[in-house]
Amino acid sequence: MPDDILLQANGVTIRFGGLTAVSNFNLAIRPHELVGLIGPNGAGKTTIFNMLTGVYKPTEGNIRIGGVSTHDMKPYQITRLGVARTFQNIRLFKDLTVLDNVKIGGHIHYKYSGTSAVLHTNRFHEAEDRAEVEAMDLLKIFGLASRAQFDAKNLPYGDQRRLEIARALAAKPKLLLLDEPAAGLNDSETLELMKDIHDIRDRFDIAILVIEHNMELVMGICERIVVLNFGKTICEGTPDEIRCNDAVIEAYLGEPADLAAL
Amino acid sequence: MLPRKWWLRDLLLLVLYVAVLYGLWVALEYAGAYWSWVRYPSRILVLIGINITLAVSLNIINGHAGQFSLGHAGFMAVGSYSSAYLTTKYFLPFVQKLPEGSVEAVIWQSVFLLVGVIAGAITAAICGYIVGLPSLRLRGDYLAIVTLGFGEIIRVLILNIEEIGAARGLTGVPAWANFFWVFFFAGLTILISHRLVMSSVGRAFLAVREDEIAAEAMGVDTTKYKVKAFVIGSALAGVAGALYGSFLMYLNPGMFTFVKSFEVVAMVVLGGLGSITGSVLAAIVLTILPEGLRYVKDFIPEGAPEMLKRDPRMVIYSIMLIVLMRVRPQGLFGRREIWEFLPKRKDTIPKEKRDEGDDKLDRDAGPSIR
Repeated sequence: MPDDILLQANGVTIRFGGLTAVSNFNLAIRPHELVGLIGPNGAGKTTIFNMLTGVYKPTEGNIRIGGVSTHDMKPYQITRLGVARTFQNIRLFKDLTVLDNVKIGGHIHYKYSGTSAVLHTNRFHEAEDRAEVEAMDLLKIFGLASRAQFDAKNLPYGDQRRLEIARALAAKPKLLLLDEPAAGLNDSETLELMKDIHDIRDRFDIAILVIEHNMELVMGICERIVVLNFGKTICEGTPDEIRCNDAVIEAYLGEPADLAAL
Repeated sequence: MLPRKWWLRDLLLLVLYVAVLYGLWVALEYAGAYWSWVRYPSRILVLIGINITLAVSLNIINGHAGQFSLGHAGFMAVGSYSSAYLTTKYFLPFVQKLPEGSVEAVIWQSVFLLVGVIAGAITAAICGYIVGLPSLRLRGDYLAIVTLGFGEIIRVLILNIEEIGAARGLTGVPAWANFFWVFFFAGLTILISHRLVMSSVGRAFLAVREDEIAAEAMGVDTTKYKVKAFVIGSALAGVAGALYGSFLMYLNPGMFTFVKSFEVVAMVVLGGLGSITGSVLAAIVLTILPEGLRYVKDFIPEGAPEMLKRDPRMVIYSIMLIVLMRVRPQGLFGRREIWEFLPKRKDTIPKEKRDEGDDKLDRDAGPSIR
């Protein structure tokens, strides 16, 4: 396998009882790629995310991240391989401050023993100072620095989504997985988010995999799109290829007339 | 001002704390010798110290890490029995050989008390680990039931071990714990708890409490931190137990029923789950309240119904708890600490300056998308 492949999924299949939620899913993501994963409701998109991040174990097939098989890994171990994610339904630490949310995001980089914490050793001070600076830098980038001490639950919805991305980036991932980042956003917010996602990719030099319902967003920013229906990959290609693929149009995009609007 | 070197600063504060405590203790002892009425409140003061240690340690498990434990009396019992057994059986004979009241005897007493407390902490921590590892796969109510069961198992085990007195209880525990040591350890518990929660370890606890799935996705090994919280919390409960036994000079399995666990849980919940200062305040209030209510009986008029003339203190205590929880279901302080309610100091950075720090993503950084 070539070294420059960040994430490789081979023949990944998962069954829940008699239901095959995802069958024979293949995907390779290289550094700095922006890939979209689309499909109608229940197509298995989030299930794939959960397998990539170790929440579910695939029944068949294997997933490799940076050449390491993640088969027996727990989610936190996969995060340490450089994969961070956001959630479809925002899962912020609601009662903690915006700043603490981001600091927890960087948990794997600011570790020291409990003894260091109680004794306030140099190690503690070094790590905490670094955590503070890095978290504030991230918040500045996302325009949240002035609200660093707010409880996360008190942020407006759109900012909560942005905070979730900031928190994921604090883990300094090589691959960022965004699960429906535009869910619940209005058109102008979605437009802003599109730019943000693209800029994040360039600024942090990471690969991003986006699950999205919003066709405009996916078509606008992704270089490569994977279309899923009933757990099967029905098409993979550039936005233009996807747009013209008959199977996709039939399965997902609906009437050709709608496409003109895109 | 205080020196910047961390260890020098901490050492200085420690010396200061010890000196103040020692001064207070000596003052209390002298006052007790002159005025006998001082002895009762100073005993309550010691109980307050022990309860602070208990409440703050349980707050690490229940408040910070969000794992609802009802077995705190069990960990406390393990700590007090192991410490009391060790001191009574091995240390006391040695100290008794020394001339009473000599400096030597006092020093050895303190050393042995410390060893006993540490032994209590270690055994309780081991129990915390043993209970924690398998049971932390459970959540919420299920975990509460398992820990409740654990507490009862410990009590029944003690009840059946002849070596430590069984149902008769363990008598003749040397009275080496006093105001000074109790508050030394209460302060230490608060310090440990506060510094933990302000660190990456504490943030991991909070993350586990808030959302386990998200915490796991952030690279937090949730099982490890849950067990950690259990071990630290039970070790400190063991400390409180060791001091309790030495203070009362007697131990009995009946002291460690689940009622004791509930008492501590009531303190933590009343103070506000997750609030250290809340736990401290609630420990103070809930220790004084039942004692203070003893005097209510004297104010009941002659003609009152017979039912009221009996000691109504626990009735009032319960009603007060119910009213408090009705008025402030989140506890006295909620999840906040006391200083978060005080008027804020002027921010060091003016607000306009801080806003300047915010910039939207740099639009020119990447190539245009469309």
